[in-house]
Amino acid sequence: MELLIKNGLVYDPINHVDGEKMDIAIRDGKIVEKVNEEKAKRIDASDMMVMPGGVDIHCHIAGSEVNAGRLLRPEDHFKDFERKTSKTRSGVGRSIPSTFTTGYRYARMGYTTIMNPSMPPLEAKHTHEELNDTPMVDKASYPLLGDWWFVLEYLKEGDIQECARYVAWMMTATKGYAIKIVNPGGLEAWGSGRNVSSIDDQIPHFHITPREILRGLCRVNKLLNLPHTIHVHTNNLGKPGNYRTALDTMKCVEDLASEDNPSIHITHSQFSAFKGSDWRSMDTGAEEIAKYVNHHSHVTLDMGQVIFTDTTTMTADGPFQYGLYQLSGNKWVNHDVETETSSGIVPFRYRRKSHVNAIQWSIGLELALLIEDPWRVFMTTDHPNGGPFTSYPRIISWLMSTKAREATLKRISRRAKRRSLLPSIDRELSLYEVAVVTRAGQAKALGLKNKGHLGLGADADVAIYDINPETTDPSQKYHTVRKAFKNTAYTIKDGRIVAKNGEILQQVEGSTIWLDVQVSDPIKITEDMKRRFREYWTVEYENYPVTDSYLEVSNPITVKAEI
Amino acid sequence: MPVIKAVTCPVCGCLCDDIELTIEDGEIVKVENGCAMCEAKFLSHSSEHRLLKPLVRRDGKLVETSLEEAVGEAAEILGDAHYPILYGWSSTSCEAIRVGLELAEEVGGVIDNTAVVCHGPSILSVQNVGIPSCTLGQIRHRADLIIYWGSNPWSAHPRHIERYTAFPEGRFQESAWKRYLTKIKASTVKKKIENMLRRFFLQKKHSAPSESKKGLPPRMYKEGRKMVVVDVRKTKSADIADYFLQVEPNKDYELLQAFRSLIRDQEMDVDTVAGVPVDYLEEVADLMIGCQFGILFFGLGLTMSRGKLRNVDAALSLVRDLNMRTKFAIMPMRGHFNVAGANTVFTWQTGYPYAVDFSLGYPRYNPGETSVIDILLNKESDAGLVVASDPVANFPKKAVEHLVKNPLIVIDPHMSATAQMADVVIPSAFMGIEADGTAYRMDHVPLPLKKVVNPPKDLLTDQEILKKILSKTMEIKEERYVKRAV
Repeated sequence: MELLIKNGLVYDPINHVDGEKMDIAIRDGKIVEKVNEEKAKRIDASDMMVMPGGVDIHCHIAGSEVNAGRLLRPEDHFKDFERKTSKTRSGVGRSIPSTFTTGYRYARMGYTTIMNPSMPPLEAKHTHEELNDTPMVDKASYPLLGDWWFVLEYLKEGDIQECARYVAWMMTATKGYAIKIVNPGGLEAWGSGRNVSSIDDQIPHFHITPREILRGLCRVNKLLNLPHTIHVHTNNLGKPGNYRTALDTMKCVEDLASEDNPSIHITHSQFSAFKGSDWRSMDTGAEEIAKYVNHHSHVTLDMGQVIFTDTTTMTADGPFQYGLYQLSGNKWVNHDVETETSSGIVPFRYRRKSHVNAIQWSIGLELALLIEDPWRVFMTTDHPNGGPFTSYPRIISWLMSTKAREATLKRISRRAKRRSLLPSIDRELSLYEVAVVTRAGQAKALGLKNKGHLGLGADADVAIYDINPETTDPSQKYHTVRKAFKNTAYTIKDGRIVAKNGEILQQVEGSTIWLDVQVSDPIKITEDMKRRFREYWTVEYENYPVTDSYLEVSNPITVKAEI
Repeated sequence: MPVIKAVTCPVCGCLCDDIELTIEDGEIVKVENGCAMCEAKFLSHSSEHRLLKPLVRRDGKLVETSLEEAVGEAAEILGDAHYPILYGWSSTSCEAIRVGLELAEEVGGVIDNTAVVCHGPSILSVQNVGIPSCTLGQIRHRADLIIYWGSNPWSAHPRHIERYTAFPEGRFQESAWKRYLTKIKASTVKKKIENMLRRFFLQKKHSAPSESKKGLPPRMYKEGRKMVVVDVRKTKSADIADYFLQVEPNKDYELLQAFRSLIRDQEMDVDTVAGVPVDYLEEVADLMIGCQFGILFFGLGLTMSRGKLRNVDAALSLVRDLNMRTKFAIMPMRGHFNVAGANTVFTWQTGYPYAVDFSLGYPRYNPGETSVIDILLNKESDAGLVVASDPVANFPKKAVEHLVKNPLIVIDPHMSATAQMADVVIPSAFMGIEADGTAYRMDHVPLPLKKVVNPPKDLLTDQEILKKILSKTMEIKEERYVKRAV
């Protein structure tokens, strides 16, 4: 099937296209040089903006903790539902939408590739089953490996090679995409009700520190040639004064970077950039973080922007969630996973008039604006932790317009406003930069070669927004920008028009991307190994891996490791 | 003879996945590692009670028919219905449940699973207060206090204690099985001697232990794992427990609230609560606070006795409070092998774990209104589809009366009581024996079910049958739509 997008104003940062009027030709789900103008289906995109399909590097949309959140909160769904149509399935929203609805809502915003960032390996089948029911987008998951006993043991022995072989096995066995590390060491400690408070704390029973885990897995990541870096949720997340921990975390892998390639991704960095010694004195640490990032090339970050709304927080960071439960008194779910990780869920409302929440809101934007290189800081809300992904258009308007920021600043807690750096920042992102922080930069950081751009051979995932960048000034008309990014004029997935003006035209599957990591000497499954499995987990080895039958549309990427 | 290893047992919520089956001539001849229930299921799946041909009711009698006709009739029934109920789902695979949800949405009916009559109240409580929980391996590795409340794992989840809680060897906790076995042996011998003495000398009838015996428990070993059982009667599980609290029927709520006060160091002004001496309670409360990692398993004794969800509220709150003092978790003892999976799939597709109503074209959830029993008692439904369940044998009489009064479709491997009352019966392959799929353990760990033998000729899996019904239903609706348009 052929498709021709005529006369759109194209923003394609990877190919250095900045708002040029051009045609995009598509054949069989790929971008091509040209198509037969007579035969091809045409889309008239004159006076419209054309971007590659959006890429989200970090949003919790599937798996056991997301589903536990859905179960926990019927009140989240009651008022927000979508009816069945002849093309689509029904579902519910809001902060934790049901699977089909998640897919449709992303497609309406022009997002086509989604990374689901925390998958307990033991429950990986669950994540993939849910992803099969999440249509419209390509997706991948990051297995949680930072507190896996195998990793802790091999790193303690200093056996990086062996550790890498097991991580390679795990990546393929869980059909994962990147190494996710959450509160390294803290989750193992949480298994017995404790936590760690710095990257140099000893982890109970294992005699190893978070620093060693971070450095070890960073080296493993390099040995295996994984396309993305280690994806890190820092220790001490959500605690005043934790910007120091974030700085320590970034510093501890500084020497492991080669050339200009990043070696670490600090995710939802807003939650790791608090200054102050307690909640009263809480302040923004964005300046320090941004300064460090501006002077070092080995770090990428994403925002984890907070939206003033009611949402559901969920992370693998069990102790953090317990803290949040104590702080808020809201209902609390905890789910520890043997040998691997933990997780927690607490509903939460971010309030404009709360000093802490308002500072958090400010920190996210400060990070995105103070870090000079848009290729290194990406737009996320850590959905649903900072707010639902449906609020992305709002964040875009804040990033593009001081006027929009001022409008919100006027309404937040006065104390927070005094401490906020935003009034002193007059940077406004251009549409080109927005294309970087919402798709191109994310695709590049993830090492997804066919995503996030419109060059020849790229996947034909395209978002066409009904806004004329030549006549609209985003700085003044931020409401127009917000509206335009809310629903695309057209969303094209693999060369098929799937959404038009907010209406889903057809349901497409979307593939599951995973890494087939090939090492020269893969681990052998001996009887001894199976016995070890039985000792560590309560399932048999044979039943542990995610078999191919669990992926409805499988999209493996082969990676050649250096071991 | 081929031996198939690491087979998942499709019986209870323990979902033991270490079963070894010996197959001879396409028949299972030997089961290893399984409990009695597991052996019985694997060895008798091809018994004479098995249903082999689809049946439809003609002139009041069930007669054999072809699959096409049965599917066609089922689709007609569902297509005609205004408010059908689709019930069961806990003993089939997640893949089949996915199709079931689509079918329910297509016909605008209510879909509900068996949680509604077992752990439904637990879910409502979780939605009120949340739940601090973990996977079963976490308990094996770390738990030094195991409480079973209103559940009898020794009989209902026979390998639960052996695989996940008190008996196995964990990384940070040693196995306590020797101690327990000695205890079981000692108590058996004691009973025998007592019986003998009675028979020879006293000839006195055995009576319940008198009140005076309910003093303080014997001092137990200070080290190692402890097991506490709370139940209305002295069950097999209670026999091996270190502490047994015999709660008076329907007074679990009082007992739980008493524990909540005790762990907050509040004084109790009474001598007994729910029939248990407060001194005894204090001892157990000390144990709760003093443990390193505690776990409370609760069963239907808590969810289906007076108070229902309020009992579970209290239990969840107790465990939540205990987390201020130590590490504590709580877990419902799920019955059917995939009832956890049914809740899970329902939730990811619709946002709600059971009692989902599609009659308005989108998922609605209001247990008490959209739960099957209430719909049946209010006489609201006008057709039914039952998959892998037997409501006629289990539901209240009034509910059953309404269920069978309306057209009823049953998909089941057996000629169950419900099947005998149905209008269309479609036999299916045994999930986990003759068909593969996925099921979720009680702690939400997904495990693959294996197909180990072929189903009897022409039998399809639940998933295949449902898909056929779904496409036929859509066809019929389409036809009617066109006819109306013309």
